[in-house]
Amino acid sequence: MTVRRGLRSAMLAAAMTLAALPAAAATKISFYYPVAVGGPITKLIDDYVAGFEKENPDVKVEPVYSGSYQDTITKVLTAMKGGDAPQVAVILSTDMYTLIDEDAIVPFEEMAKSADDKAFLAAFYPAFMENSRTGGKTWGIPFQRSTIVMYWNKEAFKEAGLDPEKPPQSWDEMARMAARLTKRDANGNVTQWGVQIPSSGFPYWLFQALTTENDVRLMNEAGTETYFDKPQVVEALQYWVDLAAKQKVHPPGIVEWGTTPKDFFERKVAMMWTTTGNLTNVRKNAPFPFGVAMLPEKARRGSPTGGGNFYVFKSAKPEQRDAAFRFVKWMTTPERAARWGIDTGYVAVRPDAWETPAMKAYVADFPAAAVARDQLPHATAELSTHDNQRVTKALNDGLQAALTGAKPPRQAMEDAQKEADRILKAYR
Amino acid sequence: MTDRRLTTHIHGWLLLLPAAVLLVAFTYYPAVASIWSSLHSTPKGARPARFVGLDQYATMVDDPVFWKSLVNNLLFALGTVPVSVALALLMALWVNGKIRGRTALRVAYFTPTILPMIAVANIWLFFYTPGYGLIDQITGLFGLPAQNWLGDRSTALPALMVVTVWKEAGFFMIFYLAALQGLSPSLREAAALEGASRWYIFRRITFPLLMPTTLFVLVNAVINAFRMVDLVVVMTRGGPDNSTALLLYHIYEVGFRYWDTGYAAALTTVLVGILMVLAVGQFVFLDRKVHYR
Repeated sequence: MTVRRGLRSAMLAAAMTLAALPAAAATKISFYYPVAVGGPITKLIDDYVAGFEKENPDVKVEPVYSGSYQDTITKVLTAMKGGDAPQVAVILSTDMYTLIDEDAIVPFEEMAKSADDKAFLAAFYPAFMENSRTGGKTWGIPFQRSTIVMYWNKEAFKEAGLDPEKPPQSWDEMARMAARLTKRDANGNVTQWGVQIPSSGFPYWLFQALTTENDVRLMNEAGTETYFDKPQVVEALQYWVDLAAKQKVHPPGIVEWGTTPKDFFERKVAMMWTTTGNLTNVRKNAPFPFGVAMLPEKARRGSPTGGGNFYVFKSAKPEQRDAAFRFVKWMTTPERAARWGIDTGYVAVRPDAWETPAMKAYVADFPAAAVARDQLPHATAELSTHDNQRVTKALNDGLQAALTGAKPPRQAMEDAQKEADRILKAYR
Repeated sequence: MTDRRLTTHIHGWLLLLPAAVLLVAFTYYPAVASIWSSLHSTPKGARPARFVGLDQYATMVDDPVFWKSLVNNLLFALGTVPVSVALALLMALWVNGKIRGRTALRVAYFTPTILPMIAVANIWLFFYTPGYGLIDQITGLFGLPAQNWLGDRSTALPALMVVTVWKEAGFFMIFYLAALQGLSPSLREAAALEGASRWYIFRRITFPLLMPTTLFVLVNAVINAFRMVDLVVVMTRGGPDNSTALLLYHIYEVGFRYWDTGYAAALTTVLVGILMVLAVGQFVFLDRKVHYR
């Protein structure tokens, strides 16, 4: 009797295991993402992933926080060479050529079959798609995208006798205002700088705002040529160098990207250039009224776009690709794009996201949120070429050499161009 | 008879086997593989590696960052090795004496060594932060302006050297301390009876007897200087404008940022070559002068 009962319960258990199997066979995908701005980004991502899994019970997403953008591409490519690539990742839009050259990613056209899917590929701002497409294919879907904007401290403006509602409109005006905003103590040490443009890590990005404003492009669309030694580029660098060296309204040497918002909160600087992705961070932490403005103009307005795109990896199995594509679509629906923009400050990546009730209410309450969007028509593609990390480093080195006074701007840019030519020769 | 000798042979080789396997797998095979891939182009996506002979080495000759990092590395070794070894000796002599709180002092000196390098780098990163950092907070009390220690070409590499000395000296102190305690007290006592001064005893007895330890510490310090990478990664990433780029960091960038594995292999080969020359040189030339005769 007991034997039979034992047998029966064993069979029951087996049947239950079998019944449970389909659920256990859910498609698993791993998702690498970097964090590049302040705020509880990992928590936000975990929440979004939980929301996606609830609506898509047949997919399990494993989110992996992978450090900075730099660390992320290193980790992804290392994992790929070890045969363990993630199925989907957020990586800099500018690493597109590198990922294509490594044969790592799938174009979204291969996954977008239905008419809806095709419409999805056309839903984003054209300025963001410039860094997502090449050779007629879409390799990345915009996600945490940004432009550079200027934040200014309205209190400091008032103290300096400037109109707190009027940010500088041109390069000259910015330099003049910065001079009035720079405060020195009795010993002649600066207690508040006028303006700060960070130059650690990726100075080329902020520099590209200056070159765009001076109406010059840094590279061609095929990613095989750079124009670092053009006169307008040198002129733009001279302006940046002069802010510190000649006019003494900008801290000398290399300015840290990471501490720049803190310098702003601590009133060590009155105007700062940083990503719109820091908007929520600044809104939470600035102890004074602040403004957000488009960058000042020289020949024109301008800023490069920046930030990360979703990429789907070639090594993913068909059902994983499908799951990854669904995940990407889910993460970039108008409602989510709006939510992500509100939560972080990144620019909501598609026009219809700005039409959602949540976004409309947010902008009505906080008009500064729309500045980056309004700047988009003036935005250009971020510097991106084949062997991007290397070419970018050549430019970064040149910029840092000029900013630290080791080389005059012209020579720094000529050296950078020479180095870029050497690297890109193989792709021409 | 031959059977017994054969068994002994097999026995011996079997005993060596685990160590030999590890040595081959983690030392000889990678070294040879690096040299082999340094003679090939970097495989990329659909483009497989092909034999290019010494092309990678020719690239190296034209690579300004390679030369810059080589010079930086030599400066780094010159700046850190003598200072940290001298400090180690000084500290060891001090905590070897009969002083109050000797154990606490020994522990204090040794603490930096047991901290992970990444933690050390982050602590010092905070010390160096312009405006907020400990150093600027202190110099600020005297009315000195904020200094961008890691963002200035002239101070960035020395700033890294200071951290390295701080970290390494305590480690080398342990070797000196052990050596000091192994010295026979009779020599010192005899010299003291003869009326030799403490400085004289140190110069003519203690220091010469410590020479084998000094050689050991020196070789290790030089190798460490050329293996340095973690501080650079966390604190400066080689910047500004490569002024803190060291050889191993350059290799890391070429290998894992640009994925130019062929060129990285060539750089690795050169680094290993440099280390071998330095180690062999130190042993061959210094070894003769080391032992007290």
